Amino acid sequence: MPEIENNISVQIEYQSENPQKKSESDKTKIIVNNLNFYYGEQIALKNISMNILSNQVTALIGPSGCGKSTFLRLLNRMNDLIDNIKIEGELKIDGINIYDRTVNPVNLRKKIGMIFQKSNPFPKTIFENVAYGLRVNGMVTSKTQLEEKVEYSLKQAALWDEVKDRLKESALSLSGGQQQRLCIARALAIEPDIILMDEPASALDPISTAKIEELILELKQNYTIVIVTHNMQQAARVSDWTAFFYIGELIEFNKTRTIFTNPIKKQTEDYVTGRFG
Amino acid sequence: MKEFFKSGDLFIWMTGLGLGVSLVMITGILYLIIINGSDYFWPQNIVKVETNDGRAYIGQKMTTEKIPLANLDDSLQSKGLKRIQFKVGNRELYGFDFLWLDESEIKKIDNNPRNALCFERLEFGNFFGYLQNIYRDSTPITKNQADALKILPNYLDIASDLRSEIKKIEKDEIGSINYKIEELRTKIKKVEYENKHIKEHKIIEEKSKPFYVEIDSYQKGYTKLQEKIDSLNKTAKAYSIKLTTASGDTTNIPLINIFHYYSPNEMGFFGKLGFAFTKIYEFIFDEPRESNTEGGVFPAIFGTIMLVLLMSIAVVPFGVLAALYLREYAKQGFLVRTVRIAVNNLAGVPSIVFGIFGLGFFIYSVGGTIDKLFYPELLPTPTWGTGGILWASLTLALLTVPVVIVATEEALATIPRGIREASLALGATKWQTMKKIILPAAAPGILTGLILAMARAAGEVAPLMITGVVKLAPSLPLDWNLPLIHLDRKFMHLGFHIYDVGFQSPNIEAALPMVYMTTLLLIAIVILLNITAMKIRTNLRKKYKTSVF
Repeated sequence: MPEIENNISVQIEYQSENPQKKSESDKTKIIVNNLNFYYGEQIALKNISMNILSNQVTALIGPSGCGKSTFLRLLNRMNDLIDNIKIEGELKIDGINIYDRTVNPVNLRKKIGMIFQKSNPFPKTIFENVAYGLRVNGMVTSKTQLEEKVEYSLKQAALWDEVKDRLKESALSLSGGQQQRLCIARALAIEPDIILMDEPASALDPISTAKIEELILELKQNYTIVIVTHNMQQAARVSDWTAFFYIGELIEFNKTRTIFTNPIKKQTEDYVTGRFG
Repeated sequence: MKEFFKSGDLFIWMTGLGLGVSLVMITGILYLIIINGSDYFWPQNIVKVETNDGRAYIGQKMTTEKIPLANLDDSLQSKGLKRIQFKVGNRELYGFDFLWLDESEIKKIDNNPRNALCFERLEFGNFFGYLQNIYRDSTPITKNQADALKILPNYLDIASDLRSEIKKIEKDEIGSINYKIEELRTKIKKVEYENKHIKEHKIIEEKSKPFYVEIDSYQKGYTKLQEKIDSLNKTAKAYSIKLTTASGDTTNIPLINIFHYYSPNEMGFFGKLGFAFTKIYEFIFDEPRESNTEGGVFPAIFGTIMLVLLMSIAVVPFGVLAALYLREYAKQGFLVRTVRIAVNNLAGVPSIVFGIFGLGFFIYSVGGTIDKLFYPELLPTPTWGTGGILWASLTLALLTVPVVIVATEEALATIPRGIREASLALGATKWQTMKKIILPAAAPGILTGLILAMARAAGEVAPLMITGVVKLAPSLPLDWNLPLIHLDRKFMHLGFHIYDVGFQSPNIEAALPMVYMTTLLLIAIVILLNITAMKIRTNLRKKYKTSVF
């Protein structure tokens, strides 16, 4: 696996580049080892191996149907909802194989927030949207605590100032960009370690997109972020690491700058320069 | 021309035509019903008609129709001839309420006979005639006709007060005493049944003695009330009025048998309108009289609404649970597809088939078993093993459950996948997602199913006829006797009432307007129930809008 070797070398490089960073933040959060994934008989992901680091933004890029979304949804076992799937290999988060029999996907998902391509607020009030995760997980004991946490989450998602006077209004009255930030606030409320983003800005206008990107850079301090994107510039702007997927295979995984300036594989170079895709 | 077909204008016209025909049909039905039914409330003028052979009648002109030419003599062929229908009442004297007279038979029609009145009575339908005198114990208490006319309203008020007092005692007090005595008799039967292996009668007597004592005390109360009624009746019966018909026959009618009297000729438009409203009130809030051809339909309205509500309570949980399983939990495959097709086809099964099923399953099997287990002392008289409002509503629930299942499944299918995934991604379990996100969002769709189910259930008659509907129920399924709701009781229903009054009544001509009015009422109740459900649905929709952007 040359990718892994690259990985390690880059990791070292990275450390040397940022000597002020504590080694704790460079801890490997997610380890993927020889992962195969099948929809029925059809193979969707082939032999994927990669390490995702804590407090870093990892971007997954690649043409449509390359398996990057499928891979993202494997990380919080969202693919379990689909019938007829098969998983081979290892997928460890914090050292625990999440596809182990003893792991309850419901508990797993409490630690992993997810933002979807299409903003999907619940048809409830803005407040209730953020409070939902706190309630179902029994994370609050009093009303004041609930209100505090909702406010904190909305502030984290940079939405508080826009909605503080209309918390009782329907979430669907918000604009598209606001809805997406509400979904981020909702995901942050349950205090996850990892945030998965599935093309979070693909349906938004440039201004909303810029806001979301700013937010991602801020959230990096406290969360491990994995983001799927179609937008090369976005990947270059927000991510520290980039993985290029093509037809179910991980072609190259490296530091973002390397991927965009000096990729090892020809396919990667063709894709990032727009020669195919 | 080819261009014309291509443009699709013809198709647009046809869609418009389709809608137009539907609208015309609906308004036509409503118009027909309202016009035919309004006769029942609107007081027609009274006329006096004299025939060539010396007979005379007072009554209301109902309809006029042409006699077919083939039935006429040659001399009349060119002119044609009409015949007129009169409502002449006085059934106990004439033996008929309605009378057809050919124009040629009529000598004279007096359009405004002086002092002619119409009396609505407890029995024998209306009386048309003249008031002569008011009597107390067969001595006249008025000097003449004018005097009698002046004081009649006061006496009628007294009589009506007495009548309602008697009715109240009979219905409420005696009714509840009867209910309690019946309960005690059941207890005695139970004691006898439980000790049937004991040979000595003494023990049984000993055990059932307290019940007999209690029955005796109730019996005393009953006797007392009966005496009170008798004395009230005596007071009331003492007053009577003497009436004469157009031909001079006289008859005496106890005042207590008269509901009200009126002279439509002197009423004027607004007087008639007011009268029509009192009749409408009576129609909606009174009980039927004279084998359902007079009076109101309140018990039938009550039965219909209660039946539909009970059906809704039964059908929604079952339908929703079944749909949830089919759509959310069951593994989609051949079996689920088969079940779904079967459920959809169930909606097309004739309703009488469900009635038979209700009779066989609910009444004979379930009800019969309940009787054997819990009421063996009353057998062979069935308690639950006979038609009743519970079994009828469950039968209707079965009939309408496919509608609710289909509507719920569709509602579940329209909930965006993103919302479910968002909830699961937040660490909610499938059940929490279902309870807090999916069911609230699907609620408007479920209510749509309920609306369709209610509309279908309220209109069904056939399955009810074998599961517990009756033409005249002695008591409502809801009253002040504990346990308040009596699900084993038989009940009246507007749909069956229409059938009964229209086709089983001894006096169809008199009952026909009532048939139309009952139909209108049934439609109104269905609409009312639907509007209520729609209001709830609109509120829910506002609360749980699922469309994004």
